[in-house]
Amino acid sequence: MHRVKVRTDMPPGHVRTPSYLRGKVGVTERVLGPFPNPENLAYGHSGTPLPLYRVRFTMAEIWGADAETPNDTLEAEIYAHWLEPADAA
Amino acid sequence: MPHDHADHLSPSGHPYRPDDDHPLSYWQTLEIAVRELLVEKEITTAADIAEQIDAMDARNPTMGAQVVARYWTEPEFATALLADGAKATREMGFDIGPMKLIALPNRPDLHNIVVCTLCSCYPRNLLGLPPDWYKSRAYRSRTVREPRKVLAEFGVTLPESTEVRVHDSTADMRYIVIPNRPARTEGLDQAALAALVTRDSMIGTGIARTP
Amino acid sequence: MGGDAAGPVPTDQHDFALWEKRVDALMVLCSGKGLFTVDGLRRVLEDMGEESFETMTYYERWIASVNQNLIEAGAYTTAELATKMTQVQARGDTYGEASDASG
Repeated sequence: MHRVKVRTDMPPGHVRTPSYLRGKVGVTERVLGPFPNPENLAYGHSGTPLPLYRVRFTMAEIWGADAETPNDTLEAEIYAHWLEPADAA
Repeated sequence: MPHDHADHLSPSGHPYRPDDDHPLSYWQTLEIAVRELLVEKEITTAADIAEQIDAMDARNPTMGAQVVARYWTEPEFATALLADGAKATREMGFDIGPMKLIALPNRPDLHNIVVCTLCSCYPRNLLGLPPDWYKSRAYRSRTVREPRKVLAEFGVTLPESTEVRVHDSTADMRYIVIPNRPARTEGLDQAALAALVTRDSMIGTGIARTP
Repeated sequence: MGGDAAGPVPTDQHDFALWEKRVDALMVLCSGKGLFTVDGLRRVLEDMGEESFETMTYYERWIASVNQNLIEAGAYTTAELATKMTQVQARGDTYGEASDASG
């Protein structure tokens, strides 16, 4: 398991990284893929193969003090180029 | 002749909504035009379209229920399903196409629930088409923020000691929840166990029935 | 959408109409033939904007997106589509009549 942070970028167009997870820190649960980059596929281009990570977050990390139950968790699939190491931060 | 489903019952056992005698809508006009152009251009055929509809109609939650019942009763299958959900499911004889599947076993201290906030990703090739609520704005918006309130609306109330884990189906994988096996089902065979496994229990908005 | 406030989860369920199943089938068949991907489908659905959720049903949004992706892929032209839609509408006032190209 590695601690990772989801990039905070907000580009226009089709990306598969949910807005509510941008900038949040989680741990990688497993690595999948490689899968073609959906940001290429969505516009009719062949997709660059990328690792896909299942990243686990706590509800406290995502929603802060508004979390319904802070220790509940959420997992999502995030493509490698949207993740950066969180340990240096 | 276009494929006619008028005699069939839907997977829920109801007749299909009659759509032949309602005023033609703009979007229905578009569907007919697109379909006929694709056939004229020999990109597909009327028979292929009919066959695809039949294949989708044949998929329904009883397929997933058989997977769950086998998980409960055969430890070797359970291991194989966790290692590669799609492979283990295909080996049961289910035609799930290219779908990649991850099985999410519940435990007494862990309850899994699946949502797709970005669209409506669903293990359709195993469970059939998703229910309307799964595609609704309310379910997609709220499940990631207040899953316990959403679960309560479905009649599922969990103690604080049970962790709720939401799976946002954001990319290439599809998910099936393995509900906890109900108590006092030791003597039941796989068919009887499968009958306890509801669609919602495999999405995570329900639990398995008790016999 | 994830995390937005919203009302109770609706419980109504409808059985899919034939035209909706056909839209679904067209998506599966066209993506299977490599004309476009599910990502292309989603991209156009998103570009249609939030208001399309209020004004269009699920498969209405889908057929709009399938069509746009097919035109982008060069499967047919807008002019061909325009002519075909006018022909379809002229067949009758119901889906059944308009679906019957034999008349």
